[in-house]
Amino acid sequence: MTDTAKGPAGGRSKPPPNHGAPMMRRTARWLDRRLGAADFARTALNKVFPDHWSFMIGELALYCFIVLVVTGTYLAFFFQASTRQVVYHGVYKPLQGVHMSAAYKSAIDISFKVRAGLVMRQIHHWAALLFLASIVVHLARVFFTGAFRRPREINWMVGVTLLILAIFNGFAGYSLLDDQLSGTGLRIGYGIALSVPVIGTWIASLFFGGEFPGADIIGRLYVIHILIIPVLIGLLVATHLAILVRHKHTQFRGPGRKENNVVGERLWPTYAAKALGLLFLTASLLCLLGGLFQINPIWVFGPFNPAQVSAASQPDWYMGWLDGALRIMPGWETRLFGFELPNPFFPGALLGGATFALLYAWPFLEARVTRDHDEHHLLDRPRQRPVRTALGVATLSFYSVCFLGAASDVVASTFHVSVNRVLITLRLGVFLVPIIAAWATYRLCRELSDRDGLPVQSGVTFGQIGHRLRRSEADDEAGAEADTG
Amino acid sequence: MSNEQARAESRATVFFAISAVASIGLAITYWQGGQPQLEGVLLAVITGGIGFAIVSWAKHAMPHDLVTEERDTVASTDDEVEAFSADLERGVEGIGRRRALLVAAGSAITAFGAALLFPIRSLGPRPGAGLKSTPYAGRHKRVVTADGKPVTPSDLATDGVVTVWPEGHTDAADSPTLLIRTRKSQKFKARKGREDWRVGDIVAYSKLCTHVGCPVGLYQAQKGLLLCPCHQSTFNVLDGARPVFGPAARSLPQLPLGLNDDGEIIARGDFSGPVGPGFWDRDRH
Repeated sequence: MTDTAKGPAGGRSKPPPNHGAPMMRRTARWLDRRLGAADFARTALNKVFPDHWSFMIGELALYCFIVLVVTGTYLAFFFQASTRQVVYHGVYKPLQGVHMSAAYKSAIDISFKVRAGLVMRQIHHWAALLFLASIVVHLARVFFTGAFRRPREINWMVGVTLLILAIFNGFAGYSLLDDQLSGTGLRIGYGIALSVPVIGTWIASLFFGGEFPGADIIGRLYVIHILIIPVLIGLLVATHLAILVRHKHTQFRGPGRKENNVVGERLWPTYAAKALGLLFLTASLLCLLGGLFQINPIWVFGPFNPAQVSAASQPDWYMGWLDGALRIMPGWETRLFGFELPNPFFPGALLGGATFALLYAWPFLEARVTRDHDEHHLLDRPRQRPVRTALGVATLSFYSVCFLGAASDVVASTFHVSVNRVLITLRLGVFLVPIIAAWATYRLCRELSDRDGLPVQSGVTFGQIGHRLRRSEADDEAGAEADTG
Repeated sequence: MSNEQARAESRATVFFAISAVASIGLAITYWQGGQPQLEGVLLAVITGGIGFAIVSWAKHAMPHDLVTEERDTVASTDDEVEAFSADLERGVEGIGRRRALLVAAGSAITAFGAALLFPIRSLGPRPGAGLKSTPYAGRHKRVVTADGKPVTPSDLATDGVVTVWPEGHTDAADSPTLLIRTRKSQKFKARKGREDWRVGDIVAYSKLCTHVGCPVGLYQAQKGLLLCPCHQSTFNVLDGARPVFGPAARSLPQLPLGLNDDGEIIARGDFSGPVGPGFWDRDRH
């Protein structure tokens, strides 16, 4: 059944009697006399949300962020971001008498001494992992359905910025604890910073406050981790949602759905209740993980010692592609104008830079190639855009191979093959797998869309796609006019 | 109210009740001294109970009207844009003619921006000499283990590996050094000019990988290979610690060794080159 969007009050004259109503009305009136927001608030209540499971992934990221802020605030009350050396005399016996930084000691105390400290720490870490995962899946959803096209390019870029900030904050977060694993991660970060031509040594020295390890780095990462980046993420999330409200949600094609409407449930009450429910369910999942599944057991790793490292040192999953790329890169070192261009610069700095530059530019690149600069509010199904889908799958598979590379030593010892053989396979795979994946995806998309008998926009060239799409949109608009007329 | 609605509402009530009970459980657990696993499960039941209750309520006992909202194009009409531009230009018109004033304003703000950059300099020292030298530089120093003990050749058995530092600098992150005693049967290829840098079969290299600086930890004595556990760079100890596999592109810097009068191992100067990861002007002086 279909109704107009302006809410039940527009149609029915009297709402059903409700015991809470007089109180609610009095409050609403009190507020409106001071804010005059009744009309705005009513529009908000009646905002229409199209329903599709994939639209919840971005929400999931938001709820993870909320859990991160809550648990992180609790942890901040106990954590000491200091590299001051202390001797441990706490409750965890194996570390007694061990020299360590105050940061590491306070993290150990959070884990063993502070009541509810360990569960909060573990929920916080799991929430960070799920936060990043839901951002990446949300990005993939937006990419494969073409939701980044005009008018949403700015919001796409806001989203990419959020991804970068989230990755960096995750890294900063686990680097704070000053355990053996995170110290190794920081050392690799220092090496990558050093590798940048001309400014690299300055960046490294200014950021670490001198040569590695630098006494200032933990305190600085702390300010970045709990203040600067969370505030930026909060502001950008607000921007992301404000732009979403301005644009109204995209929707998949379906009966009655057109470029110039949005079909779905109203925010109030059903959609709002579902969203609130999802927030609680997300928190529930994270609490369960944090309670039952150990993560980052820093007391096993021990305090950071710059002369030591443990085998099978792996970063959190969202840094895995970077660590894998560092491993896969062959040992080449080039020179430019008589200066050294260190090896880690390419996989460490350039790959990441190129990745995010390409992500930022994608909406504009695609519009340029397809010559499609029109507004789009109806989503593509991935199969309708074989070229885009194939490129997206190729990119994802490239980073998947890199990710696998971060576990090259684990793969080697699990399958009893030499690390060298695993790495050589990966060096080939990082090029071959994306090509094969792209070809297979392209074929699959073509076949699926042929079978569906869809009005396929799967022409051989991008140009044809754009042309056909403009035509189909013109049809939509004509249809819309016919409807209203 | 339909049957389904009634069932959903009673289900939601039960979920809310379970959540409340779990909250009480959490309070008791905390009061009793806390237990991480139990706390996590109870928190999950608390939030999950509320979550399931709300979702169940929303799904079965709330309206599901599909409504259609009109969507205008995002862009404003040409007239609106025109009117905005006109207003904007009207405000700027008066300023536009005062070129000198504009230049002055621009200069002041640029200068302010530049001035704000200076405090960044306080964040760290100028990079340079520190990256290219270690505390080994200068006069001869004994090498010592982590607890400050000097090392004699007899402390190392064949295939033995010890991590050492320059005496008095066991906390220097750029100085960890590997002393390795190779086998008599293994042919050691000394680099040109470093023929006398070993003490017997004991050779010393920087422990920091030339890739991104992880400590090179694993010695495969059979083949005389050092493996970095971070990114699997492999160095040939018998051939000047030349990289033979993995991402590292440069040999590990070697330390010139000697013996003092007490028969303890000393360093006769700094490494053969800057230690650790590369940087753009590494080999400039």
